Amino acid sequence: MSERQPPYADFLGVQRVPDAGEPRIMMPYADNVQGRVGFVHGGVIGGLLEMACYEALIAQLGDDRPKIKPINVAIDFLRGGVMQDTFAVATIQRIGKRIANAQAIAWQDDRNRPIATARMHFLLDR
Amino acid sequence: MEPNDAPPLEIDTKLVASHGHSQAIGLRFVASGDDWAEMAFDYDPKLAMSAETGVLASGPLISLIDSASAVAILAKTGRGRPMATLDMRIDYVRAAKPGRPIIARGECYRVARNVAFVRCDAHDGDPDDLVAHAICSFYMSDE
Repeated sequence: MSERQPPYADFLGVQRVPDAGEPRIMMPYADNVQGRVGFVHGGVIGGLLEMACYEALIAQLGDDRPKIKPINVAIDFLRGGVMQDTFAVATIQRIGKRIANAQAIAWQDDRNRPIATARMHFLLDR
Repeated sequence: MEPNDAPPLEIDTKLVASHGHSQAIGLRFVASGDDWAEMAFDYDPKLAMSAETGVLASGPLISLIDSASAVAILAKTGRGRPMATLDMRIDYVRAAKPGRPIIARGECYRVARNVAFVRCDAHDGDPDDLVAHAICSFYMSDE
């Protein structure tokens, strides 16, 4: 998803949404993201939310950035994700010397009806 | 409690990993007991977060933890009920070593009428050297 897309992002078919005015990403519905029949797998939604956090963090830190390591994540599942495109975007709450906090949401047809949210902590290895 | 190599009949091990995303990441059932279940997937470079380092992305780990936790509930309740993950909180204790399979063990420590609570550990070979630790809750609808 950064300059060179991670293999896992390719595997899920995740792509950047250009000209969104924010580091928004999108995952088209495909058979390999299905969990329970007719729904996107919760793990995939979690993975997408984490990718959105990385995207937002990388966008803020720029090219000359420290190594980013995930510390932990808290995911809330709000609605089932149906067989549609899923969008996600994150905002960075704080970038400190060593720790960054991100918050992400994922939605499908209506951004005001998110299907999941996540908070994530990162360690910045400077 | 002894591990059952042959899982209890109520757990359809094919159903838990034979379609969609679970199949795509190669998720497989390992074992289960009266309130726990183990699932695993083999390392695959397509699941990496970096092509250079080969370090696994966390997404497949989330999928694994979600599935192992759901099957642990199934092991404890002994019957399938429609359920949905409410939330997950995952600590990434350390990066998994590229090339190793990941094994997750979910333990359902409480089933209330409509909510089940699970803790789940994941490792890459040594159960005493975790790569992740998680707690999850699931909503279960009435029959």
